[in-house]
Amino acid sequence: MSNLIKFKIDGVECMTERGKFIVEAALENGIFIPTLCNMPGVKPKGSCRICTVKINGRLMTSCTTPVADGMEVESNSTEINELRKSIVELLFVSGNHFCPACEKSGNCELQALGYLYQMMVPRYPYEFPLREVDADSPYIIKDQNRCILCKRCIKTIKDEQGRSLFAFRDRGHRLEVVLDKELAAEMTPELAELAMKNCPVGSILVKEKGFVEPIGKRKFDKTAIGSDVKL
Amino acid sequence: MKDTVKQIVEKYSKDKTRLMDILIETQEAFGFISSEAIEVMSVMLNMSKVDVEQTISFYHFFSTKPRGEYAIYLNDSAVAHMFGRQAVKEAFEKETGIRFGEVTPDGKIGLFNTACIGMNDQEPAAIINNKVFTRLTPYRVGEIIRCIRSGCKVDELINESYGDGKNQLPSLRAMVSSNIRRKGMILSDDYVYGTVTSEVLPKMSPEAVIAEIKHSHIRGRGGAGFPTGLKWEFCRRSKGEKHYVICNADEGEPGTFKDRVILTEKPELVFEGMAIAGYAIGGDEGILYLRYEYRYMKEYLEQVLDEMRNKNLLGKNIAGIEGFDFDIRIQFGAGAYVCGEESALLESLEGKRGEPRDKPPFPVEKGYLNQPTIINNVETFATAVRIVQNGGEWFTQFGTEDSTGTKILSISGDCMFPGVYEVNWGFNVNDMLNMVGAYDVQAVQVGGPSGTLIGPDEFNRTLGYSDLSTGGSMIVFGKQRNLLSDVVLNFMEFFIEESCGSCSTCRNMTQVMANKLKKILKGKGVVKDLEDLRSWSKVLQASRCGLGQTAGNPIISSLKNFRHLYEEFIQKEKDFDEGFDLVAAVQDSCKYVGRVPNFHHH
Repeated sequence: MSNLIKFKIDGVECMTERGKFIVEAALENGIFIPTLCNMPGVKPKGSCRICTVKINGRLMTSCTTPVADGMEVESNSTEINELRKSIVELLFVSGNHFCPACEKSGNCELQALGYLYQMMVPRYPYEFPLREVDADSPYIIKDQNRCILCKRCIKTIKDEQGRSLFAFRDRGHRLEVVLDKELAAEMTPELAELAMKNCPVGSILVKEKGFVEPIGKRKFDKTAIGSDVKL
Repeated sequence: MKDTVKQIVEKYSKDKTRLMDILIETQEAFGFISSEAIEVMSVMLNMSKVDVEQTISFYHFFSTKPRGEYAIYLNDSAVAHMFGRQAVKEAFEKETGIRFGEVTPDGKIGLFNTACIGMNDQEPAAIINNKVFTRLTPYRVGEIIRCIRSGCKVDELINESYGDGKNQLPSLRAMVSSNIRRKGMILSDDYVYGTVTSEVLPKMSPEAVIAEIKHSHIRGRGGAGFPTGLKWEFCRRSKGEKHYVICNADEGEPGTFKDRVILTEKPELVFEGMAIAGYAIGGDEGILYLRYEYRYMKEYLEQVLDEMRNKNLLGKNIAGIEGFDFDIRIQFGAGAYVCGEESALLESLEGKRGEPRDKPPFPVEKGYLNQPTIINNVETFATAVRIVQNGGEWFTQFGTEDSTGTKILSISGDCMFPGVYEVNWGFNVNDMLNMVGAYDVQAVQVGGPSGTLIGPDEFNRTLGYSDLSTGGSMIVFGKQRNLLSDVVLNFMEFFIEESCGSCSTCRNMTQVMANKLKKILKGKGVVKDLEDLRSWSKVLQASRCGLGQTAGNPIISSLKNFRHLYEEFIQKEKDFDEGFDLVAAVQDSCKYVGRVPNFHHH
């Protein structure tokens, strides 16, 4: 049996190796499916739900669903785009995201998706939650106002013994990502840098290093997120 | 303290996947999990402290602060409120001098709210140091608090008679009532447990067992309704080092309590069903995942398991069948509704936060510790015994074509005889209401908050997978109830509290919808708000698990079937109202600067 399988995204014939997740396979075929919590090479968790697609009438996350032979995926449709826009809006209203004052502006994936889906004002009322900024660690700042709870830092930032520097606290609407005080005091500058890089928004910042790239030269300043995806 | 925690961690062989047990034992030994205890665990388990803490903070019954020598958890379900919870709550606060969420300054008593504890037929009820106190009244609260103050042990607080049935056994001594009001094949007393294992199983191959289960067309009794036989077959075919049988006894859907009754009155049937499943799928280890609210059953259930081991119904070469080894351990949860979702349950079993897993892979392929696993409801296992005893064909004569067999209902709310009723599938709602003595009924919540709220024009509908599907929770609301503020809002707050928070949709949309409902109830709603609720709720469909996907149901189904109740609150003359309350918004600042605002001045 060949290891290559055929499938379709929005009617476009695609091909990939067996076992690949839809989101990766789409990329290989020049099709962009937006993600926030997903990172290439890291076990997916399907928590932001932004990569939701429709397969056989069911909503599935494309970062966690492997491609099957003959699968037909609906992604860039009115219904799915509307859903994705709703999710972006939900993330905006449930935190405090003030782009003009944010160090990550222009490099922020949430902001970029806001532009992609042409969000003007979220349809949901702002919650303006009271959130803290944790600046206890000598190297990094954890700003809870901006956290979208994607878990990328939890999954990727570990010390040499494999212990997580970040973890969830509480659950549901009170959920937060917190930083381990002791491990954070001993983290290397490289790990701090990686934590900032892996955060899709501006919730993790390396201290004294807010604005390295000038505005105008940042990742999504001139081109939309996903526009680099081509065959 | 440190030595005790060390011993606990060592007792579980420093195994991270047993973190739930480690935390439960620590919490019970000290009444809370201190930072020193967390330090010991994190070193011994080689985890960061925040990693240990993320499991602690997920579960409602764990706490990093003392919860009081007597931790009182008062049930907060809608039905508890209907039967006088408010007066009981006020009595607790008056007698202790503290508010809910606090501990008395002497550290003696703590008061806490808790989601449905599975006692809807005997509310208001509370759990005090793992003992259940039912049918509370302000007078009883006074007695209990005075007794605590005078130094009584928790057992001495009970002056009621013990409940019916096995609740009176020395190993239970619970004032809980089983309230079995209708018996069928599962609750009947004509089956001597062990008969199938010792007389039928030796003559059957595992494949033949699965064939009978498939032939019976039984579907999962937990609510999702997946065909049990298929599940067992898939699991048997999956390759793994070990196959696991897990019984889901985390019944957390508000209004359901039938698993509590089955486990009280017929635990042997459940355990026998698990062993039969083990035989069928080729697994030798079973785990009963029991919600912490039922911790009072621990000693009793351990005794039952011991008795079954003594009779060789569990253990090695069961019933003389060479190689048929199977044993069961009990794993407790610690207060999280979402752990009733099977993959969240697996995470919890592995000592982690109960966040549902992405599917595929399904538990039958990669379940507990990544091995093929079946997870079935308490009632499903009990039913499986009767199917194997009498054959799949026999079973299909009960119920309807698409919903075979019987269903055990937990019926509560406004009716004369709340309790547990075993009926054939296909029973209709009118008959059910007549059976339980419910008159002047305004609505019935079928299947708990995640199910449907129906009115009298739908009472001719029948219970079954193709019409009104239910895991067994049936709550009756009389005409006197205010459905929106007393029921729908309570259910929404339940879902907000119990969301694991992993999905952006369920974590946020439940709150957005509840806020909008509150706006409407305050008289600030406009017609567009109703349309918003309906269309916004669709986002929840994109959630990972059933909890998230159904978390909007209290509003969606009441809006569909009781729209007039919403319309009563809607402002007719306005098209738009942002719901902003200027008076409330400026209250703090006005107080601070000593000004009286004049809102009529322009």
